[in-house]
Amino acid sequence: MLPLLRTPVATPHTLEEALSLLAEPGARILAGGTDILPNLKRGLGSPSTLVSLHAVDALRGVSVGDAGLSIGAGTTLTQVATSGDVKRMAPSLAEAAESVASPQIRNMATLGGNVCLDTRCRWVNQSDFWRGALGGCLKSAGMNPEASFAQAGVCHVVPGGKRCVAAISADTVPVLIALDATARVASASGTHRLPLAELYVNDGVQNLALEPGEMLLGVDVPTHAGARRERYVKWRVRGSIDFPLVSAALRFDLDAGALTQARLVVGVLGARPKQVAVQKVALGRPLDQALATELAELAHRQCKPLENVPYEAGHRRHMLRVLVRRAIEALADEA
Amino acid sequence: MNEPRETPPGARLLSFRLNGEDLSVATADHQTLLELLRYGLDRVGTKQGCDSGECGACTVLLDGRPVLACLTLAVQVEGRDVRTVEALAEREAAALLDAFDRHDAAQCGFCTPGVLMSAEALLMDKRRVVSQGEARAALSGNLCRCTGYTKILDAVVDASEKLVEAADRTREPAS
Repeated sequence: MLPLLRTPVATPHTLEEALSLLAEPGARILAGGTDILPNLKRGLGSPSTLVSLHAVDALRGVSVGDAGLSIGAGTTLTQVATSGDVKRMAPSLAEAAESVASPQIRNMATLGGNVCLDTRCRWVNQSDFWRGALGGCLKSAGMNPEASFAQAGVCHVVPGGKRCVAAISADTVPVLIALDATARVASASGTHRLPLAELYVNDGVQNLALEPGEMLLGVDVPTHAGARRERYVKWRVRGSIDFPLVSAALRFDLDAGALTQARLVVGVLGARPKQVAVQKVALGRPLDQALATELAELAHRQCKPLENVPYEAGHRRHMLRVLVRRAIEALADEA
Repeated sequence: MNEPRETPPGARLLSFRLNGEDLSVATADHQTLLELLRYGLDRVGTKQGCDSGECGACTVLLDGRPVLACLTLAVQVEGRDVRTVEALAEREAAALLDAFDRHDAAQCGFCTPGVLMSAEALLMDKRRVVSQGEARAALSGNLCRCTGYTKILDAVVDASEKLVEAADRTREPAS
């Protein structure tokens, strides 16, 4: 049994209330609760207040405008996965949302929560007791500054490493980056937008480029003209629940059978997703078997998984090559 | 947690509907819905398994959708409709319970309340005969450590068939 610490919970009804509560030092957002609550039960983090967004209706919903899809951060993953608009305009996003954890978790977890999902590491996502026995690390000490760990400055994944390499494990993020999505971010002092790829920094302790008091309002996926093929693939052990152990989002825009745009974004390497440089090889060519093999090799060469999540890095790297090749072959067959 | 304790800081009055009954109860900010059900209201049908969102033993229906009570704070169900396994004993879920009985779908029985709630949500949503694949997907968040999945899936499909037959019978004109 894992009791929660006695953290006060605020339950705002409007966005303004939520933002002013979030401006308090140490306040954290509670959205679906499917990641933060297990983490808090295991002693990861010690917020001063949890600002629960369950009653903030303004954050929920999928809408379609001239510019494209707009999805509120509070929209559940079930709603994203089953929305007709998402399936039509961004099928790989629906596919990614559908692949997260279990039906119960998708009914609770939100898109904003997935986009802001904490990074994961085999040395961190353990019980308090386990981490304490180990002596801590960069991330567990970074999340609980008041706790004293014997090895607070140490990385167990990269010996001697001074920057945390805990892995971004959100399924929707590689897809949203591949689709050129933008994030809408608000604080008590105003709102701004930024490309989703710029929401992430290369630090596993805190990989979001958000200031304290800032909150994700939603994501916008731009509309596109012409033919597009897209897909999200991931490898994990238990298909029913596990986090991805390596993942890839693919997007190909075609004109008269030739590629005009190609994107390959890989997740679960380090603290942020990696965009594989595929344009030089892919543009102008048809989506076919030869390209599938070449891009899979390119992904294998450019992506080097670390021993930060379960299963051997070498095997995950191999599975990335297999997944990318199979995904492109399947997309080529669709054409 | 098993012993009664003083009203902790952050206590508040919570109103919600539990199995058709409107309740107002005291809860604490950090109390999960699961803790409130089991230790505050003595509704122990909902099981406490992993307590961290992996096993599905604590599945309840929140506004008709299966969610995990261990990762829902009690304060988050203010004004909402919660249904637990206790509700199934009283209504047309008889088909589901009967099918679980006939198929011997419970071994140790610890996962059964959660499995039943996921299955109930599937049958209420589809209202037709479901396939093995649909049952499998709907129950994918419920772990059975006895690994008795085959009989559970057979029972869910069987229950959906029985429900459809019963609905057809009531539609047939009386002769």
